Amino acid sequence: MIEAQSLTKRYGDKLAVDDLSFTVESGRVTGFLGPNGAGKSTTMRMMLGLDNPTGGVVTIGGKRYSELHHPLRTVGALLEAHWVHPNRSARAHLSWMAKSNKISPKRVDEVLDIVGLSEVANKRAGGFSLGMSQRLGIAGALLGDPEVLLFDEPVNGLDPEGILWIRKFMQRLAEEGRTVFVSSHLLSEMALTATDLVVIGKGKLISQSTTEEFVARATDSTVKVRSPHLDRLRPALDRVGATVTTTDDGLLVAGVAGEKIGELAMENQVTLHELAPQQGSLEQAFMQITGDSVEYHADLETEAAEQPAGHAAVTN
Amino acid sequence: MTLLAVERIKLLSTRSPWWCALTALLLTGGFTALVVSQSNAQFPATVSATQYAYSFGMAVIMVLATLAVTTEYRFGTIRTTFQAVPNRAAALSAKAAVIALVALVIGEIMAFLPWGLATLIQPEADLALNSTADWINVAGVGPACALAAVVAMAVGILVRHSAGAISLVLIYFLAAENLVTLIPGIGADIFKWLPFNVLHKFVTGNGESANGATYGQPLSTSTLSPWWALAYFAAFAVVLLAISIVTARKRDA
Repeated sequence: MIEAQSLTKRYGDKLAVDDLSFTVESGRVTGFLGPNGAGKSTTMRMMLGLDNPTGGVVTIGGKRYSELHHPLRTVGALLEAHWVHPNRSARAHLSWMAKSNKISPKRVDEVLDIVGLSEVANKRAGGFSLGMSQRLGIAGALLGDPEVLLFDEPVNGLDPEGILWIRKFMQRLAEEGRTVFVSSHLLSEMALTATDLVVIGKGKLISQSTTEEFVARATDSTVKVRSPHLDRLRPALDRVGATVTTTDDGLLVAGVAGEKIGELAMENQVTLHELAPQQGSLEQAFMQITGDSVEYHADLETEAAEQPAGHAAVTN
Repeated sequence: MTLLAVERIKLLSTRSPWWCALTALLLTGGFTALVVSQSNAQFPATVSATQYAYSFGMAVIMVLATLAVTTEYRFGTIRTTFQAVPNRAAALSAKAAVIALVALVIGEIMAFLPWGLATLIQPEADLALNSTADWINVAGVGPACALAAVVAMAVGILVRHSAGAISLVLIYFLAAENLVTLIPGIGADIFKWLPFNVLHKFVTGNGESANGATYGQPLSTSTLSPWWALAYFAAFAVVLLAISIVTARKRDA
Protein backbone atom coordinates (compact mmCIF):
# COMPACT_ATOMS: atom_id res chain seq x y z
CA MET A 1 0.00 0.00 0.00
CA ILE A 2 1.19 3.48 -0.83
CA GLU A 3 0.21 6.46 1.26
CA ALA A 4 0.90 10.09 0.42
CA GLN A 5 0.26 12.70 3.09
CA SER A 6 0.28 16.42 2.28
CA LEU A 7 2.99 15.80 -0.29
CA THR A 8 4.36 19.10 -1.57
CA LYS A 9 7.15 19.91 -4.02
CA ARG A 10 8.24 23.41 -4.87
CA TYR A 11 10.69 24.29 -7.66
CA GLY A 12 11.67 27.91 -7.13
CA ASP A 13 8.39 29.81 -6.94
CA LYS A 14 6.43 27.11 -8.78
CA LEU A 15 4.44 24.52 -6.87
CA ALA A 16 4.71 21.27 -8.83
CA VAL A 17 2.86 19.21 -6.22
CA ASP A 18 0.55 20.95 -3.79
CA ASP A 19 -0.56 19.31 -0.53
CA LEU A 20 -1.35 16.01 -2.23
CA SER A 21 -2.82 13.18 -0.11
CA PHE A 22 -4.06 9.83 -1.40
CA THR A 23 -3.76 6.10 -0.80
CA VAL A 24 -3.13 3.28 -3.24
CA GLU A 25 -4.54 -0.13 -2.26
CA SER A 26 -2.94 -3.48 -3.01
CA GLY A 27 -4.50 -6.01 -5.37
CA ARG A 28 -5.76 -3.35 -7.74
CA VAL A 29 -4.50 -1.30 -10.62
CA THR A 30 -4.71 2.32 -9.56
CA GLY A 31 -4.47 4.91 -12.29
CA PHE A 32 -2.70 8.19 -11.63
CA LEU A 33 -4.39 10.54 -14.00
CA GLY A 34 -3.67 14.14 -14.86
CA PRO A 35 -2.87 16.38 -17.81
CA ASN A 36 0.76 16.78 -18.84
CA GLY A 37 2.60 18.90 -16.30
CA ALA A 38 0.17 18.07 -13.49
CA GLY A 39 2.96 16.75 -11.25
CA LYS A 40 2.57 13.01 -11.82
CA SER A 41 6.22 12.25 -12.54
CA THR A 42 7.40 14.50 -9.72
CA THR A 43 5.10 12.64 -7.33
CA MET A 44 6.46 9.30 -8.52
CA ARG A 45 10.05 10.48 -8.16
CA MET A 46 9.28 11.50 -4.59
CA MET A 47 7.80 8.04 -3.94
CA LEU A 48 11.15 6.57 -4.96
CA GLY A 49 13.19 8.97 -2.87
CA LEU A 50 14.75 10.53 -5.98
CA ASP A 51 13.32 13.99 -5.36
CA ASN A 52 13.09 15.35 -1.83
CA PRO A 53 9.60 16.60 -0.94
CA THR A 54 9.41 20.23 0.17
CA GLY A 55 6.75 19.09 2.63
CA GLY A 56 4.72 16.02 3.54
CA VAL A 57 5.66 12.39 3.31
CA VAL A 58 5.00 9.39 1.12
CA THR A 59 5.31 5.87 2.52
CA ILE A 60 5.27 2.43 0.96
CA GLY A 61 3.95 -0.25 3.31
CA GLY A 62 4.39 2.25 6.14
CA LYS A 63 8.05 2.99 5.39
CA ARG A 64 9.76 5.79 3.54
CA TYR A 65 11.61 4.60 0.44
CA SER A 66 15.02 5.38 1.97
CA GLU A 67 14.18 3.12 4.92
CA LEU A 68 13.58 0.07 2.74
CA HIS A 69 16.21 -2.66 2.87
CA HIS A 70 17.04 -3.79 -0.68
CA PRO A 71 14.29 -1.55 -2.06
CA LEU A 72 14.09 -3.24 -5.48
CA ARG A 73 12.61 -6.24 -3.68
CA THR A 74 9.73 -4.13 -2.36
CA VAL A 75 9.18 -1.54 -5.06
CA GLY A 76 9.70 -1.99 -8.78
CA ALA A 77 9.45 1.08 -10.95
CA LEU A 78 9.56 2.11 -14.56
CA LEU A 79 9.79 5.89 -14.73
CA GLU A 80 11.67 6.36 -18.00
CA ALA A 81 12.32 3.54 -20.45
CA HIS A 82 15.53 5.14 -21.72
CA TRP A 83 17.26 5.21 -18.33
CA VAL A 84 19.71 2.65 -19.66
CA HIS A 85 23.27 3.14 -20.86
CA PRO A 86 23.01 2.69 -24.65
CA ASN A 87 26.24 0.70 -24.89
CA ARG A 88 25.34 -1.70 -22.11
CA SER A 89 23.57 -4.95 -22.94
CA ALA A 90 20.13 -5.65 -21.55
CA ARG A 91 21.58 -8.45 -19.46
CA ALA A 92 24.42 -6.31 -18.07
CA HIS A 93 21.90 -3.60 -17.18
CA LEU A 94 19.74 -6.04 -15.22
CA SER A 95 22.80 -7.78 -13.76
CA TRP A 96 24.10 -4.75 -11.91
CA MET A 97 20.61 -3.96 -10.65
CA ALA A 98 20.21 -7.55 -9.41
CA LYS A 99 23.63 -7.49 -7.78
CA SER A 100 22.87 -4.26 -5.92
CA ASN A 101 19.90 -5.84 -4.11
CA LYS A 102 21.35 -9.34 -3.74
CA ILE A 103 18.91 -10.80 -6.25
CA SER A 104 19.98 -14.10 -7.82
CA PRO A 105 21.51 -13.80 -11.33
CA LYS A 106 19.04 -16.48 -12.42
CA ARG A 107 16.25 -13.99 -11.88
CA VAL A 108 17.77 -11.81 -14.64
CA ASP A 109 17.11 -14.53 -17.20
CA GLU A 110 13.65 -15.11 -15.74
CA VAL A 111 12.52 -11.52 -16.13
CA LEU A 112 14.09 -11.28 -19.60
CA ASP A 113 11.96 -14.28 -20.48
CA ILE A 114 8.79 -12.78 -18.93
CA VAL A 115 9.07 -9.64 -21.04
CA GLY A 116 10.21 -11.56 -24.11
CA LEU A 117 13.70 -10.11 -24.48
CA SER A 118 15.72 -13.33 -24.02
CA GLU A 119 16.86 -13.33 -27.64
CA VAL A 120 18.30 -9.82 -27.53
CA ALA A 121 19.64 -10.07 -23.96
CA ASN A 122 23.26 -9.55 -25.06
CA LYS A 123 22.53 -6.80 -27.57
CA ARG A 124 23.29 -3.21 -26.66
CA ALA A 125 20.24 -1.46 -25.26
CA GLY A 126 20.93 1.63 -27.38
CA GLY A 127 19.69 -0.24 -30.43
CA PHE A 128 16.35 -1.16 -28.88
CA SER A 129 13.06 0.15 -30.22
CA LEU A 130 10.85 2.10 -27.82
CA GLY A 131 8.72 -0.99 -27.24
CA MET A 132 11.78 -3.09 -26.42
CA SER A 133 13.17 -0.39 -24.10
CA GLN A 134 9.81 -0.27 -22.36
CA ARG A 135 9.95 -4.05 -21.89
CA LEU A 136 13.48 -3.82 -20.54
CA GLY A 137 12.28 -1.18 -18.09
CA ILE A 138 9.47 -3.50 -17.00
CA ALA A 139 11.96 -6.34 -16.60
CA GLY A 140 13.95 -4.07 -14.28
CA ALA A 141 10.82 -3.27 -12.30
CA LEU A 142 9.99 -6.98 -11.91
CA LEU A 143 13.54 -7.98 -11.01
CA GLY A 144 13.06 -8.06 -7.24
CA ASP A 145 9.60 -9.69 -7.47
CA PRO A 146 8.24 -6.59 -5.70
CA GLU A 147 4.93 -6.07 -3.91
CA VAL A 148 4.54 -2.58 -5.27
CA LEU A 149 4.94 -1.52 -8.90
CA LEU A 150 5.08 2.01 -10.25
CA PHE A 151 4.80 2.79 -13.95
CA ASP A 152 5.00 6.30 -15.37
CA GLU A 153 3.19 6.63 -18.70
CA PRO A 154 4.11 3.08 -19.73
CA VAL A 155 2.12 3.06 -22.97
CA ASN A 156 3.43 6.37 -24.33
CA GLY A 157 4.58 5.90 -27.88
CA LEU A 158 3.76 2.20 -28.05
CA ASP A 159 1.93 0.50 -30.90
CA PRO A 160 -1.51 -1.04 -30.20
CA GLU A 161 -0.02 -4.49 -29.65
CA GLY A 162 2.41 -3.13 -27.07
CA ILE A 163 -0.35 -1.16 -25.35
CA LEU A 164 -2.54 -4.27 -25.06
CA TRP A 165 0.39 -6.30 -23.74
CA ILE A 166 1.20 -3.77 -21.01
CA ARG A 167 -2.46 -3.34 -20.06
CA LYS A 168 -3.00 -7.09 -19.58
CA PHE A 169 0.32 -7.37 -17.85
CA MET A 170 -0.54 -4.76 -15.23
CA GLN A 171 -3.92 -6.35 -14.60
CA ARG A 172 -2.25 -9.71 -14.06
CA LEU A 173 0.20 -8.19 -11.59
CA ALA A 174 -2.73 -6.74 -9.63
CA GLU A 175 -4.53 -10.10 -9.68
CA GLU A 176 -1.45 -11.58 -8.02
CA GLY A 177 -2.19 -9.22 -5.12
CA ARG A 178 0.40 -6.57 -5.92
CA THR A 179 -0.07 -2.84 -5.70
CA VAL A 180 0.07 -1.39 -9.20
CA PHE A 181 0.22 2.38 -9.59
CA VAL A 182 0.29 3.61 -13.16
CA SER A 183 0.23 7.17 -14.45
CA SER A 184 -1.30 8.43 -17.65
CA HIS A 185 -2.68 11.60 -19.19
CA LEU A 186 -5.31 9.61 -21.13
CA LEU A 187 -8.57 8.84 -19.35
CA SER A 188 -9.63 6.48 -22.14
CA GLU A 189 -6.52 4.38 -21.51
CA MET A 190 -7.01 4.40 -17.74
CA ALA A 191 -10.69 3.48 -18.08
CA LEU A 192 -9.56 0.23 -19.68
CA THR A 193 -6.69 -0.50 -17.32
CA ALA A 194 -7.35 0.82 -13.84
CA THR A 195 -10.00 -0.06 -11.27
CA ASP A 196 -9.23 2.97 -9.10
CA LEU A 197 -8.26 6.47 -10.09
CA VAL A 198 -6.29 9.21 -8.40
CA VAL A 199 -6.85 12.33 -10.48
CA ILE A 200 -4.64 15.40 -10.13
CA GLY A 201 -4.36 18.73 -11.88
CA LYS A 202 -1.74 21.44 -11.28
CA GLY A 203 -0.32 19.35 -8.45
CA LYS A 204 -3.58 19.25 -6.51
CA LEU A 205 -5.84 16.26 -5.89
CA ILE A 206 -9.03 16.50 -7.96
CA SER A 207 -10.58 13.20 -6.98
CA GLN A 208 -9.89 9.73 -5.70
CA SER A 209 -12.55 7.14 -6.53
CA THR A 210 -13.15 3.99 -8.50
CA THR A 211 -12.82 4.37 -12.26
CA GLU A 212 -16.54 3.61 -12.72
CA GLU A 213 -17.57 6.39 -10.37
CA PHE A 214 -15.25 8.84 -12.02
CA VAL A 215 -16.41 7.99 -15.52
CA ALA A 216 -20.10 8.12 -14.50
CA ARG A 217 -19.57 11.48 -12.89
CA ALA A 218 -17.47 12.72 -15.73
CA THR A 219 -19.78 11.80 -18.57
CA ASP A 220 -22.93 13.82 -18.04
CA SER A 221 -25.39 11.53 -19.87
CA THR A 222 -27.77 13.25 -22.24
CA VAL A 223 -30.50 11.80 -24.43
CA LYS A 224 -31.16 12.84 -27.98
CA VAL A 225 -34.87 13.08 -28.89
CA ARG A 226 -36.32 13.45 -32.39
CA SER A 227 -40.05 13.76 -32.81
CA PRO A 228 -42.56 15.49 -35.12
CA HIS A 229 -44.44 16.63 -31.98
CA LEU A 230 -41.71 18.41 -30.06
CA ASP A 231 -44.06 21.28 -29.19
CA ARG A 232 -46.09 18.89 -27.00
CA LEU A 233 -43.14 16.99 -25.53
CA ARG A 234 -41.13 20.00 -24.52
CA PRO A 235 -43.51 21.41 -21.86
CA ALA A 236 -43.79 17.92 -20.37
CA LEU A 237 -40.01 17.71 -20.11
CA ASP A 238 -39.85 21.14 -18.55
CA ARG A 239 -42.39 20.06 -15.90
CA VAL A 240 -40.15 17.17 -14.73
CA GLY A 241 -37.18 19.49 -14.45
CA ALA A 242 -35.13 18.31 -17.44
CA THR A 243 -32.52 20.54 -19.05
CA VAL A 244 -33.45 20.81 -22.70
CA THR A 245 -31.30 22.12 -25.53
CA THR A 246 -32.60 22.52 -29.06
CA THR A 247 -30.44 21.16 -31.84
CA ASP A 248 -30.85 21.18 -35.62
CA ASP A 249 -33.01 18.10 -35.81
CA GLY A 250 -34.35 17.61 -32.29
CA LEU A 251 -33.66 18.05 -28.60
CA LEU A 252 -30.82 17.18 -26.28
CA VAL A 253 -32.23 16.31 -22.87
CA ALA A 254 -30.15 16.12 -19.72
CA GLY A 255 -31.18 15.24 -16.18
CA VAL A 256 -33.84 12.69 -17.13
CA ALA A 257 -33.32 9.04 -18.01
CA GLY A 258 -34.31 7.74 -21.46
CA GLU A 259 -37.04 5.51 -20.00
CA LYS A 260 -38.72 8.48 -18.32
CA ILE A 261 -38.73 10.43 -21.59
CA GLY A 262 -40.37 7.47 -23.33
CA GLU A 263 -43.09 7.32 -20.67
CA LEU A 264 -43.69 11.07 -20.95
CA ALA A 265 -44.03 10.71 -24.72
CA MET A 266 -46.54 7.89 -24.26
CA GLU A 267 -48.62 9.93 -21.76
CA ASN A 268 -48.69 12.91 -24.10
CA GLN A 269 -49.29 10.76 -27.21
CA VAL A 270 -46.12 11.95 -28.85
CA THR A 271 -44.58 9.92 -31.65
CA LEU A 272 -40.85 9.44 -31.20
CA HIS A 273 -38.48 9.09 -34.17
CA GLU A 274 -35.41 8.75 -32.08
CA LEU A 275 -34.59 8.29 -28.42
CA ALA A 276 -30.84 7.80 -28.09
CA PRO A 277 -28.63 8.09 -25.02
CA GLN A 278 -25.48 10.11 -25.81
CA GLN A 279 -22.27 9.02 -24.13
CA GLY A 280 -20.04 12.03 -23.86
CA SER A 281 -16.46 11.17 -24.81
CA LEU A 282 -14.23 10.38 -21.89
CA GLU A 283 -11.63 12.85 -23.06
CA GLN A 284 -14.20 15.65 -23.18
CA ALA A 285 -15.34 14.78 -19.70
CA PHE A 286 -11.79 14.64 -18.41
CA MET A 287 -11.06 18.04 -19.92
CA GLN A 288 -14.16 19.46 -18.25
CA ILE A 289 -13.11 18.17 -14.85
CA THR A 290 -9.46 19.11 -15.07
CA GLY A 291 -10.23 22.11 -17.28
CA ASP A 292 -9.22 24.78 -14.81
CA SER A 293 -6.10 22.96 -13.80
CA VAL A 294 -4.47 22.37 -17.15
CA GLU A 295 -1.06 23.95 -17.00
CA TYR A 296 -0.87 25.59 -20.41
CA HIS A 297 -4.59 26.04 -20.94
CA ALA A 298 -4.71 29.79 -20.41
CA ASP A 299 -1.62 30.41 -22.49
CA LEU A 300 -3.03 28.56 -25.47
CA GLU A 301 -6.26 30.51 -25.35
CA THR A 302 -4.45 33.82 -25.15
CA GLU A 303 -2.27 32.80 -28.05
CA ALA A 304 -5.30 31.90 -30.12
CA ALA A 305 -6.93 35.22 -29.29
CA GLU A 306 -3.80 37.11 -30.27
CA GLN A 307 -3.60 35.49 -33.66
CA PRO A 308 -4.55 37.76 -36.56
CA ALA A 309 -8.15 37.27 -37.64
CA GLY A 310 -7.24 36.18 -41.17
CA HIS A 311 -5.00 33.42 -39.86
CA ALA A 312 -7.64 32.26 -37.40
CA ALA A 313 -10.16 32.05 -40.20
CA VAL A 314 -7.87 29.80 -42.19
CA THR A 315 -7.25 27.45 -39.31
CA ASN A 316 -10.93 27.27 -38.47
CA MET B 1 31.58 -5.37 -1.23
CA THR B 2 28.26 -5.73 -3.04
CA LEU B 3 28.30 -2.09 -4.06
CA LEU B 4 31.88 -2.39 -5.35
CA ALA B 5 30.79 -5.33 -7.52
CA VAL B 6 27.83 -3.30 -8.79
CA GLU B 7 30.03 -0.38 -9.81
CA ARG B 8 32.56 -2.74 -11.36
CA ILE B 9 29.85 -4.30 -13.56
CA LYS B 10 28.59 -0.84 -14.51
CA LEU B 11 32.01 0.56 -15.37
CA LEU B 12 33.32 -2.43 -17.29
CA SER B 13 30.12 -3.22 -19.21
CA THR B 14 30.51 -0.06 -21.28
CA ARG B 15 33.22 0.60 -23.81
CA SER B 16 34.62 3.97 -22.74
CA PRO B 17 36.97 2.65 -20.01
CA TRP B 18 38.59 0.28 -22.50
CA TRP B 19 39.02 3.02 -25.11
CA CYS B 20 40.38 5.45 -22.55
CA ALA B 21 42.83 2.87 -21.22
CA LEU B 22 44.02 2.07 -24.73
CA THR B 23 44.40 5.77 -25.57
CA ALA B 24 46.37 6.41 -22.39
CA LEU B 25 48.73 3.52 -23.17
CA LEU B 26 49.24 4.55 -26.79
CA LEU B 27 49.93 8.16 -25.84
CA THR B 28 52.44 7.41 -23.10
CA GLY B 29 54.03 4.45 -24.91
CA GLY B 30 54.29 6.30 -28.22
CA PHE B 31 55.66 9.49 -26.73
CA THR B 32 58.22 7.65 -24.62
CA ALA B 33 59.36 5.62 -27.62
CA LEU B 34 59.94 8.87 -29.53
CA VAL B 35 61.81 10.52 -26.66
CA VAL B 36 64.02 7.54 -25.84
CA SER B 37 64.83 6.62 -29.44
CA GLN B 38 66.06 10.19 -30.05
CA SER B 39 68.19 10.32 -26.89
CA ASN B 40 71.94 11.02 -27.04
CA ALA B 41 74.80 12.12 -24.78
CA GLN B 42 73.32 15.59 -24.41
CA PHE B 43 69.78 14.35 -23.85
CA PRO B 44 70.26 10.98 -22.17
CA ALA B 45 67.56 8.36 -21.71
CA THR B 46 66.79 8.33 -17.99
CA VAL B 47 64.07 6.86 -15.77
CA SER B 48 62.60 10.33 -15.64
CA ALA B 49 62.55 10.54 -19.45
CA THR B 50 60.43 7.37 -19.69
CA GLN B 51 57.67 9.15 -17.72
CA TYR B 52 57.60 12.57 -19.44
CA ALA B 53 54.18 11.74 -20.87
CA TYR B 54 52.56 10.58 -17.65
CA SER B 55 50.44 13.73 -17.27
CA PHE B 56 49.22 13.16 -20.80
CA GLY B 57 47.91 9.72 -19.85
CA MET B 58 46.63 11.06 -16.55
CA ALA B 59 44.49 13.57 -18.44
CA VAL B 60 42.89 10.69 -20.38
CA ILE B 61 42.23 8.82 -17.13
CA MET B 62 40.57 11.91 -15.69
CA VAL B 63 38.32 12.04 -18.75
CA LEU B 64 37.41 8.40 -18.12
CA ALA B 65 36.62 9.13 -14.46
CA THR B 66 34.51 12.16 -15.33
CA LEU B 67 32.58 10.25 -17.99
CA ALA B 68 31.93 7.36 -15.61
CA VAL B 69 29.69 9.63 -13.59
CA THR B 70 28.43 12.21 -16.11
CA THR B 71 27.14 9.48 -18.45
CA GLU B 72 25.12 8.18 -15.52
CA TYR B 73 23.47 11.59 -15.31
CA ARG B 74 23.20 11.83 -19.08
CA PHE B 75 21.44 8.47 -19.46
CA GLY B 76 19.49 8.57 -16.20
CA THR B 77 21.13 5.45 -14.79
CA ILE B 78 22.13 7.51 -11.74
CA ARG B 79 18.42 7.50 -10.82
CA THR B 80 18.21 3.73 -11.25
CA THR B 81 21.31 3.52 -9.07
CA PHE B 82 19.81 5.68 -6.31
CA GLN B 83 16.58 3.69 -6.64
CA ALA B 84 18.48 0.45 -6.06
CA VAL B 85 20.74 1.99 -3.40
CA PRO B 86 18.98 4.90 -1.66
CA ASN B 87 22.10 5.50 0.45
CA ARG B 88 23.73 7.86 -2.04
CA ALA B 89 26.90 8.34 0.01
CA ALA B 90 27.52 4.58 -0.04
CA ALA B 91 26.74 4.27 -3.76
CA LEU B 92 29.00 7.17 -4.76
CA SER B 93 31.84 6.13 -2.42
CA ALA B 94 31.77 2.65 -3.96
CA LYS B 95 31.90 4.26 -7.39
CA ALA B 96 34.89 6.38 -6.37
CA ALA B 97 36.67 3.30 -5.01
CA VAL B 98 36.14 1.33 -8.23
CA ILE B 99 37.20 4.24 -10.44
CA ALA B 100 40.30 4.82 -8.29
CA LEU B 101 41.19 1.15 -8.52
CA VAL B 102 40.78 1.05 -12.30
CA ALA B 103 42.81 4.27 -12.61
CA LEU B 104 45.52 2.75 -10.40
CA VAL B 105 45.78 -0.31 -12.64
CA ILE B 106 45.81 1.70 -15.86
CA GLY B 107 48.28 4.14 -14.28
CA GLU B 108 50.71 1.37 -13.36
CA ILE B 109 50.53 -0.21 -16.82
CA MET B 110 50.85 3.24 -18.35
CA ALA B 111 54.06 3.79 -16.32
CA PHE B 112 55.75 0.39 -16.57
CA LEU B 113 54.93 -0.30 -20.21
CA PRO B 114 56.80 2.77 -21.57
CA TRP B 115 59.63 2.13 -19.12
CA GLY B 116 59.90 -1.47 -20.38
CA LEU B 117 59.74 -0.19 -23.94
CA ALA B 118 62.56 2.23 -23.21
CA THR B 119 64.82 -0.52 -21.86
CA LEU B 120 64.25 -2.40 -25.13
CA ILE B 121 64.98 0.63 -27.30
CA GLN B 122 68.09 1.74 -25.34
CA PRO B 123 69.39 -1.43 -23.60
CA GLU B 124 72.68 0.19 -22.57
CA ALA B 125 71.07 3.30 -20.99
CA ASP B 126 70.86 3.44 -17.19
CA LEU B 127 67.15 2.80 -16.75
CA ALA B 128 67.36 0.53 -13.71
CA LEU B 129 65.15 1.50 -10.76
CA ASN B 130 67.95 1.96 -8.19
CA SER B 131 66.52 4.51 -5.79
CA THR B 132 63.30 5.42 -4.03
CA ALA B 133 63.04 8.41 -6.37
CA ASP B 134 63.33 6.11 -9.41
CA TRP B 135 60.65 3.84 -8.01
CA ILE B 136 58.26 6.67 -7.16
CA ASN B 137 58.77 8.22 -10.60
CA VAL B 138 57.49 5.03 -12.23
CA ALA B 139 55.33 3.15 -9.71
CA GLY B 140 54.01 6.43 -8.25
CA VAL B 141 52.14 7.20 -11.48
CA GLY B 142 49.47 4.65 -10.51
CA PRO B 143 48.49 6.20 -7.15
CA ALA B 144 48.74 9.67 -8.70
CA CYS B 145 46.28 8.64 -11.41
CA ALA B 146 43.96 7.01 -8.85
CA LEU B 147 43.71 10.23 -6.82
CA ALA B 148 43.41 12.43 -9.91
CA ALA B 149 40.55 10.17 -11.06
CA VAL B 150 38.73 10.74 -7.74
CA VAL B 151 39.12 14.50 -8.21
CA ALA B 152 37.74 14.26 -11.76
CA MET B 153 34.83 12.11 -10.62
CA ALA B 154 33.95 14.59 -7.86
CA VAL B 155 33.86 17.37 -10.45
CA GLY B 156 31.66 15.11 -12.61
CA ILE B 157 29.18 14.67 -9.73
CA LEU B 158 29.07 18.42 -9.13
CA VAL B 159 28.75 19.50 -12.77
CA ARG B 160 26.77 16.49 -14.10
CA HIS B 161 27.24 17.39 -17.78
CA SER B 162 30.00 15.60 -19.68
CA ALA B 163 31.18 18.53 -21.78
CA GLY B 164 31.18 21.00 -18.90
CA ALA B 165 32.86 18.69 -16.42
CA ILE B 166 35.56 17.49 -18.85
CA SER B 167 36.38 21.04 -19.96
CA LEU B 168 36.64 22.17 -16.36
CA VAL B 169 38.87 19.26 -15.35
CA LEU B 170 41.18 19.51 -18.36
CA ILE B 171 41.44 23.29 -18.50
CA TYR B 172 42.28 23.41 -14.80
CA PHE B 173 44.76 20.53 -15.04
CA LEU B 174 46.49 21.62 -18.24
CA ALA B 175 46.31 25.40 -18.14
CA ALA B 176 44.85 27.13 -15.10
CA GLU B 177 47.47 26.17 -12.52
CA ASN B 178 50.34 27.33 -14.73
CA LEU B 179 48.58 30.62 -15.48
CA VAL B 180 48.65 31.42 -11.76
CA THR B 181 52.45 31.71 -11.89
CA LEU B 182 52.04 34.74 -14.17
CA ILE B 183 50.48 36.78 -11.37
CA PRO B 184 53.34 39.04 -10.25
CA GLY B 185 54.63 38.54 -6.72
CA ILE B 186 52.07 36.22 -5.09
CA GLY B 187 51.60 33.95 -8.15
CA ALA B 188 54.58 31.72 -7.44
CA ASP B 189 53.65 31.35 -3.76
CA ILE B 190 50.09 30.34 -4.60
CA PHE B 191 51.29 27.95 -7.30
CA LYS B 192 53.43 26.07 -4.75
CA TRP B 193 50.25 24.89 -3.08
CA LEU B 194 48.06 24.18 -6.10
CA PRO B 195 47.06 20.49 -6.07
CA PHE B 196 48.38 19.22 -9.41
CA ASN B 197 51.70 21.05 -8.96
CA VAL B 198 51.99 19.29 -5.58
CA LEU B 199 51.06 15.95 -7.16
CA HIS B 200 53.83 16.48 -9.73
CA LYS B 201 56.21 16.88 -6.81
CA PHE B 202 55.23 13.43 -5.56
CA VAL B 203 55.96 11.81 -8.94
CA THR B 204 59.14 13.65 -9.93
CA GLY B 205 60.53 14.66 -6.53
CA ASN B 206 63.60 16.91 -6.84
CA GLY B 207 64.57 15.38 -10.16
CA GLU B 208 66.86 12.62 -8.80
CA SER B 209 65.42 10.15 -11.32
CA ALA B 210 66.84 12.30 -14.14
CA ASN B 211 70.38 11.25 -13.09
CA GLY B 212 71.52 14.85 -12.94
CA ALA B 213 70.73 15.51 -16.59
CA THR B 214 70.28 19.23 -17.15
CA TYR B 215 67.66 18.71 -19.81
CA GLY B 216 64.21 17.41 -18.83
CA GLN B 217 60.66 18.29 -17.88
CA PRO B 218 60.20 21.17 -15.44
CA LEU B 219 60.04 20.09 -11.82
CA SER B 220 57.41 20.99 -9.28
CA THR B 221 57.94 24.15 -7.21
CA SER B 222 56.26 22.55 -4.19
CA THR B 223 58.36 22.59 -1.03
CA LEU B 224 56.75 19.45 0.40
CA SER B 225 58.54 16.10 0.50
CA PRO B 226 57.19 13.53 -2.03
CA TRP B 227 55.22 11.64 0.61
CA TRP B 228 53.73 14.79 2.13
CA ALA B 229 52.91 15.89 -1.40
CA LEU B 230 50.99 12.66 -1.93
CA ALA B 231 49.16 13.10 1.39
CA TYR B 232 48.32 16.72 0.48
CA PHE B 233 46.81 15.73 -2.87
CA ALA B 234 44.98 12.77 -1.31
CA ALA B 235 43.40 15.12 1.24
CA PHE B 236 42.38 17.46 -1.61
CA ALA B 237 40.75 14.54 -3.47
CA VAL B 238 38.90 13.28 -0.39
CA VAL B 239 37.59 16.75 0.51
CA LEU B 240 36.38 17.35 -3.04
CA LEU B 241 34.70 13.94 -3.10
CA ALA B 242 33.03 14.62 0.25
CA ILE B 243 31.70 17.97 -1.00
CA SER B 244 30.34 16.33 -4.14
CA ILE B 245 28.64 13.54 -2.15
CA VAL B 246 27.02 15.99 0.26
CA THR B 247 25.76 17.96 -2.74
CA ALA B 248 24.42 14.83 -4.45
CA ARG B 249 22.57 13.82 -1.29
CA LYS B 250 20.81 17.17 -1.02
CA ARG B 251 20.00 17.49 -4.68
CA ASP B 252 17.07 15.92 -6.52
CA ALA B 253 18.43 13.08 -8.60
